[in-house]
Amino acid sequence: MEHILLRHRDIPDFNKLNVYKKNGGFAAFKKAVTKMEPTEVTAEVTKSGLRGRGGAGFPTGMKWSFIDKTNWPHYVVANADESEPGTFKDREIMESNPFQFLEGLAIASYAVGANVAYIYLRGEFWQVAAFLDEKIAEMEEAGILGDSIFGTDYSLKIYTHLGAGAYICGEETALLESLEGKRGQPRVRPPFPPSYGLYGKPTIINNVETFTNVPPILSNGADWYKSIGTADSAGVKIFSLSGRVRKPGNYELPFGTTFRQLIYEHGMGVQDGRSVKAIMPAGASSSLIVVDDKVLDTPMDYSSVRTVGSDLGSASVIVLDDTVDIDWVINKTIHFFKHESCGKCTPCREGNYWMRNLTDRIHEGKGSGDDVKLLLNVAKQMQGKCLCALGEFSTMAVVTGIERFPQDFKKKTKA
Amino acid sequence: MSLEKKYPKEVKQILAKYPPEHKRSAVMPLLYLAQREEGYVNKDAMKDIASLLDITETDVASIVGFYTLYHDKKAGKYRMQVCTDLPCALRGADEFLNNLCGNLGIKVGETTEDGLVTLEEVMCLASCDRAPMFQTQGPDGIKYHEYMTVDRTMELIEALKQTEKEAK
Repeated sequence: MEHILLRHRDIPDFNKLNVYKKNGGFAAFKKAVTKMEPTEVTAEVTKSGLRGRGGAGFPTGMKWSFIDKTNWPHYVVANADESEPGTFKDREIMESNPFQFLEGLAIASYAVGANVAYIYLRGEFWQVAAFLDEKIAEMEEAGILGDSIFGTDYSLKIYTHLGAGAYICGEETALLESLEGKRGQPRVRPPFPPSYGLYGKPTIINNVETFTNVPPILSNGADWYKSIGTADSAGVKIFSLSGRVRKPGNYELPFGTTFRQLIYEHGMGVQDGRSVKAIMPAGASSSLIVVDDKVLDTPMDYSSVRTVGSDLGSASVIVLDDTVDIDWVINKTIHFFKHESCGKCTPCREGNYWMRNLTDRIHEGKGSGDDVKLLLNVAKQMQGKCLCALGEFSTMAVVTGIERFPQDFKKKTKA
Repeated sequence: MSLEKKYPKEVKQILAKYPPEHKRSAVMPLLYLAQREEGYVNKDAMKDIASLLDITETDVASIVGFYTLYHDKKAGKYRMQVCTDLPCALRGADEFLNNLCGNLGIKVGETTEDGLVTLEEVMCLASCDRAPMFQTQGPDGIKYHEYMTVDRTMELIEALKQTEKEAK
């Protein structure tokens, strides 16, 4: 099947403006601006069943329809903070298929009546931001961005903005705080960004991959898009496959592809011919799935992954083979979340500190069975008590690791 | 010299990105600019940015403290930031860092004797399929180095040394 998002893999030089244009580029944006009302664009995206690709899976068109039309100006922000351990798809899109992403961002801006859009990139994507700046300048020169786009009175400016190394800024309200020049700490919601966003103005925030889906939806129609994937998860998804597989990388596949197909057909199986012990389908924020044949044959879509006790999230599939100790895995994830907790909510700030101390002790072989119990207890007490999802996510691997792989902890602890 | 005098074009470009009444948004790009030459933000630069944006020095310092890519202390000319997060660690990042320390004769957090490289351990850099990997943060911005081995890293350091010599 030809790619819908990673089209640069089928067409050489796809990140060049003339090549992109020659292959139908900007036709969707032109159609939207010259032939469609903004609400019609939103309606088409709603009808397509497109859901947010950043992890939460919220219906994109519905989000756009929430924009407050009594308060102006409006903003659109692309979340390019891609920082979930195991996720590396947005970077490939921006590096290799930048125009399709930018076109999607431009269409979204038109749909919600924004004349300014920002791309918030994680600070480490320094080179990617410089590259996007070049591409934006090329679009301005070609009259695709700027004033009087396609001879209409619609105008749009797109700017890049670099973060500086903070996972929390992938959370949409922390991202907005950061973009306003403050520390990236989440806001209390509601109000949600479509009514109170950047500078207190109505703002739509979507993931890079979400925007990249929009041009083909507008060009080929919502019905075409809905015909791909499964009933509750329309279309294609880029699965970032990492860990102990032979061929890690990004794979664009329809929703409903099974774990087995991803790992064995696309990822060429597990290193050294070993077997899969556990899967983390949503990066470090995953509930660990104990792997058996039934799990391997589970379709990867939002509802099916739930039936095996986890969530698809941003579809960053980390494969753990049978040589990996789960106490080591949660030691790694807790070190990550301890470092990335923004410090605003006490349960997350203190909880991660103590979870780190406990998991260090257990991992070093100095812990007892009581330490494991205490670790589980701390994790469970944190759940449901933080403003944003980070606090919750930090407990997922801990709770499911201890409950689903008790033997790994018994092996490591004294009686 | 103030930031505006030193980089007039860049400062103007940065401020143009944001509504004038929300110029505080420029604090992050301005901090990158302030850090460009010496690899860290000194007190004067913080004062300078604060007055440029009509915010307090404490506001600016809180940004420097919150984000890991801003530094308030001098280190090596290049910070070599190795990812040892879970996906990279599953592909040998811990061993890589360990061996690199051995080869360079320094520990994580230390700087080579010539002041060229400070070795650091960082969280996920979104390059999980190309581990072991690291980024270098230096005067020319941030660059990724992927599918790395200790040998290739030593070659990179040699090349950096060479560039230094030629610059002098």
